Amino acid sequence: MARAQVQEGCDMNSFIRQRLPLLVTAGIFLLLFGAASLRYAYFCSVGNVFNLFSSNAPLGVMAVGMTLVIFAGGIDLSVGAVAGFTNIFVTALMETHGWHPVPAMLAALALGAVLGAAMGAIIHVFKQPAFLVTLAGMFFARGAAYWISTASIKTTHPFFQQLTDLTAKVAGATVHPLPAGILVVVLAMGIMLAQYTRFGRNLLAIGGSEPSALLMGLPVGATKITAYALCGGLAALAGLINTFNTGSGNSIYGIGMELDAIAVVVIGGTLLTGGRGHMFGTFCGILIIGTIQAAIAFDGSLSSSWTRIITGLLLLVFILLQRLLLRATLKKT
Amino acid sequence: MKWPEPANRMNKSWLASVKKSPAVWPLAGLLLLGLINLIFSRNFFTVTELDGHYVGTLMDIFKNASIVLILGVGMTLVIATGGIDLSVGSVMAIVGATAAVMMKNGVNSLPSVIAVSIGLGALCGLVNGLLVSWARIQPIVATLILMVAGRGISQLISGGDQVLITNEHFNYLGNGFLGGIPLAPILATVLYLAVWIWLRRSATGLFIEAAGDNETASRFAGLATGRVKCLAYVVCGICAAMAGLLEVSYIRDADPLSTGQYKELDAIFAVVIGGTALSGGRFNLLGTYLGAILLQTLTVTMLYVGVSSAVAPMPKAVLIIAVCLMQSETTRRWLGRKFRRAAT
Repeated sequence: MARAQVQEGCDMNSFIRQRLPLLVTAGIFLLLFGAASLRYAYFCSVGNVFNLFSSNAPLGVMAVGMTLVIFAGGIDLSVGAVAGFTNIFVTALMETHGWHPVPAMLAALALGAVLGAAMGAIIHVFKQPAFLVTLAGMFFARGAAYWISTASIKTTHPFFQQLTDLTAKVAGATVHPLPAGILVVVLAMGIMLAQYTRFGRNLLAIGGSEPSALLMGLPVGATKITAYALCGGLAALAGLINTFNTGSGNSIYGIGMELDAIAVVVIGGTLLTGGRGHMFGTFCGILIIGTIQAAIAFDGSLSSSWTRIITGLLLLVFILLQRLLLRATLKKT
Repeated sequence: MKWPEPANRMNKSWLASVKKSPAVWPLAGLLLLGLINLIFSRNFFTVTELDGHYVGTLMDIFKNASIVLILGVGMTLVIATGGIDLSVGSVMAIVGATAAVMMKNGVNSLPSVIAVSIGLGALCGLVNGLLVSWARIQPIVATLILMVAGRGISQLISGGDQVLITNEHFNYLGNGFLGGIPLAPILATVLYLAVWIWLRRSATGLFIEAAGDNETASRFAGLATGRVKCLAYVVCGICAAMAGLLEVSYIRDADPLSTGQYKELDAIFAVVIGGTALSGGRFNLLGTYLGAILLQTLTVTMLYVGVSSAVAPMPKAVLIIAVCLMQSETTRRWLGRKFRRAAT
């Protein structure tokens, strides 16, 4: 114990090595953003930076939840489907059932959290593989979304319209502050929760070694189930943000988005086996994915399929990097 | 208090027999679904002859199940090594797009199209296999990479659009009949027999199970576990290629986005329902075969009962969770305790 403290205190090298994935991620973002700013005019403008936040808000919010689950060594493949379900559920409640937007939105968030908690409970109590249970959850949520309506529903409620049409002028550019604001708040709260609370440390301890965490007397079950519940709730919030962005509900929203969310987390330097990572990395990860997408959109000559290929390649590079780092640290100790 | 012993033993032997034959569950499920269909839909078991072809719901089930059947072979092997392959859907899309583009550009010889496709599938499998066995990345993550990138690659190959397939020789693969029976399920069944003979008549099957059961022990026993795992992923890639060819041939159209979508999930479900444990170490090809048929029968049954195909994933999810919970140790222990308490 004393040795570890001495190492942490004195060895600058180990401090850097521990945060290397994070530093690499931040470096890649700066590099990408810098290159894109030089290459394309107006890329480094207030409007575009704001847009980076608001158009990636659903993915970012989702990735924060995913980070919590991956910290604990789990995975949640249902988030995209939960977002799609929320999207159609809220609009259907408002349009076909005449609910006021506020209770409808609260109900949707609660439903997402309940589904997440249920999956977490099955994973923990019945010791089932997380990816299988959440895969079933994905089928369930998508099926439920189609059950509500396969056609898209447009929102007409005046209160909701006001939320959707909310714009602000920042340095001469018209922007949508609501999605970007939610993203910033969720990210800040996520960083607080993951890095500076007992819950966050418990998550990392469980991801590092569940038996050890159990022997240490940590509330393993409650922590895991809470992580899945938060992830489900945040996925529902992501669906809500999309409803704000588009002003309509669509049950096919979010197909394949769970993979993007996982990619964001991994590119952010979080170890997929759990136990290591930083919520700030997820913030960088979302900016990287956003920059790639924006650059491809700015270029116009590259097909959008490159987004997926580059995401895949980045995933590969980061996972290999993590392997190498892990091997190096294992050799050291 | 009177007869605790016999009740206990009966309970044990019942559990033991279930444990011994994992194919019992999908078979029971199939029988149950058959019964439901017998009651609710008259024409379910009717097979009629039309222009020398046998047609009917049963034939449709086999025909539509053949893609998942073929995927299930490779997935069973990969899961038996303790792994998983999430990329099969994307590999199907890559292969489908490649085959369609080849034929569009005038390569109409069927053997060369099939050879290139299978080679491509094997290459994809090799990439997965190397990432898992050489780079030692956990299988979910390793195959996730190709799952994400594969759709992009497929879009790139096809130019982003759907590619129509007008080669009728090729379309015969998915739509043809052999002796009045649809060709696709025959091909799938032959594949099962061939792979079963290959695995059980040579030591390969044992190697795969050993690598999945205890990798360290197998390596110390002199087994090249890395190569065995790699082989499983290559076989899975080849199966995905065959399934991809079959799907685009059936639809006569390769769509980089929708070809093979969610098929990886169906394949995994078929394997799990078939009694191959996700922890690896054992496999049961017959179980996977029955599992794939069960999934398709369930889909068709739900259609008959009035559940639209879009909503069908919902009951499917409930089914898979139910199967998992039944297989879980916690439930078994709990049930065992209940039985014992009831007996005493």
